[in-house]
Amino acid sequence: MIEKPIERVAKATPTGMARQIKGLSDKAVAWLFVGPTIFLLLAINIFPLIWTINLSFTNFRANRPNREVEYVGLRNYERILTDSDTWLSMQATAHFLFWTLLLQVLIGFALAWLINRKFRGNDVWTTIIVLPMMLSPAVVGNFWTFLYQPQIGLFNYVVSFFTGVDPSSFDMLGSVDLAPWSIIIVDTWMWTPFVMLICLAGLRSIPDYIYEAAEIDRASKWRQFWTITVPMVLPFLMLAVLFRGIENFKMFDLVVQLTGGGPGSVTEMASINLKREAFEKWRTGYASAFAIILFVTVFGLASIYVKALNKVKER
Amino acid sequence: MSFSVTEPSKRQKSIAGFLVITYALITLVPLFWVFITGFKTPPDSISYPPKVFFSPSLEGYVNLFTTRTRVTPEQMQALPPPVGFAEAIVRNRDMVIAGPSKFGERFMNSIIIGFGSTFLSIFLGTLAAYGFSRFNVPLKDDLMFFILSTRMMPPIAVAIPIFLMYRQLGLSDTHVGMILLYTAVNISLAVWLLKGFIDEIPREYEEAALIDGYTRFQAFYKVVLPQAATGIASTAIFCLIFAWNEYAFAVLLTSGTAQTAPPFIPTIIGVGGLDWPAVAAGATLFLLPVLIFTIVLRKHLLRGITFGAVRK
Repeated sequence: MIEKPIERVAKATPTGMARQIKGLSDKAVAWLFVGPTIFLLLAINIFPLIWTINLSFTNFRANRPNREVEYVGLRNYERILTDSDTWLSMQATAHFLFWTLLLQVLIGFALAWLINRKFRGNDVWTTIIVLPMMLSPAVVGNFWTFLYQPQIGLFNYVVSFFTGVDPSSFDMLGSVDLAPWSIIIVDTWMWTPFVMLICLAGLRSIPDYIYEAAEIDRASKWRQFWTITVPMVLPFLMLAVLFRGIENFKMFDLVVQLTGGGPGSVTEMASINLKREAFEKWRTGYASAFAIILFVTVFGLASIYVKALNKVKER
Repeated sequence: MSFSVTEPSKRQKSIAGFLVITYALITLVPLFWVFITGFKTPPDSISYPPKVFFSPSLEGYVNLFTTRTRVTPEQMQALPPPVGFAEAIVRNRDMVIAGPSKFGERFMNSIIIGFGSTFLSIFLGTLAAYGFSRFNVPLKDDLMFFILSTRMMPPIAVAIPIFLMYRQLGLSDTHVGMILLYTAVNISLAVWLLKGFIDEIPREYEEAALIDGYTRFQAFYKVVLPQAATGIASTAIFCLIFAWNEYAFAVLLTSGTAQTAPPFIPTIIGVGGLDWPAVAAGATLFLLPVLIFTIVLRKHLLRGITFGAVRK
């Protein structure tokens, strides 16, 4: 006997609760699904952000919660923007961003291109190359300080092995000239695979027939590379730069572990500076204003960049 | 024999292979060094030139899991013979084991907070992703962008008010506080990834189920969930790895009961700054699960790495 649909509905629906839910409109159901997430984000992301904005206009200090809080208007912002330390930390961040992005794009793209030559076992080696980026930056960064030890460190030993420079004559973490590079090296080691993976996906998305057509037109390999490969991978590459850019602008763990902002304040990047103000000097109001400035900067740069990215995609 | 103009020549392939393998091996050196340093004795670990061959020792691991105190030779003479290999290793350095170290606890914290926040992110993320994928949520694109934009905030910027808020609510340095925080951070990735996976499941499946008399919720967990299982699993791995590796919030918001391993491991170095084998041992134990996960699940990870921007 064939059941009528209405009987199956009755069977499949548990009584009570289900009937109530069935009575809900699609819109209400939608909010049941989406609501909890939005609520959590409001509570732990947006509410704190608003609180930060509010704090940024005060002279509040978190280590003295009982002191009376005064509203100081835009004074915090004014101080930050006229403080030379701020600009030094921005410079340190910019230097770090520029070199890490450049190195990671060049090496990452080259690796992806080589892997896409489809030699035997390329997937195994891809997995091995990806390993560093999956690991904890703090734990790995901490271990790199051991590799960078002037006398006993493996890094110094390898450099001296290939160049003949005395391994105790240079200190990657302690010297003003080298400390920024010590962080750039570790970051490049960790994150080049990320750029590589995205480029690889881009290269694999190019259909073979385009190259075949170019071959029939007798375009040289060099020309094919510049007129087909590069333009078609560019949107992917730009996406990789966006993700890395945002992450590296926020860079914290590697720097804390490697140099802690030193020597002096050569590697004191924006978020290290922010941490000092907020959790060491306890100038909460000032630090909040700084946090807002950083957030607006990232957000602004990212939005401009996304616009450019969309233009490239449309081409 | 087939011939393709797009297939690289044999010579090209072997040069490419050689270069990639060279890079991969160089990349592995620091990780290999962590691994072998864990089995060195402290003097071996700081010898010059760096030692690749050495007689392995478990001293690093013993030091990682214990706290030790120095004793005078007279006191040492008065002690009964050592029980077990750990005590024997420690006695060689004129010390006795005073008790367990905090490493075990910190490691457990990482596991509790990692799995707790992953479960919660996936639970909420799947619901939200389904909602965004199937319903006409008002302002859908804005909400999705809002969810993504929460990733752009530097963790320290959020840490200030979270620190104050948690102090008020009594959530500072608690497992629940950290689980909620990591969930909030992870959920943006989870929603974006899962929405991509759910978008790919044909709507007709659920429509058929609805016609068959399933409710929306039944259609969701009897039809959509099984179809999205692989996607959910690979998203979960990502959330887990993030929570496992996270450092900035952990170091700012926890100090004792809920401290995870990443802020703890660098502090092992302790007095004299010479105990690199113990640090390496801790790092090895901490990094190994992620390494294994990555190798086993490599095929499913790509999408998570690229934040869902790259399909397949």
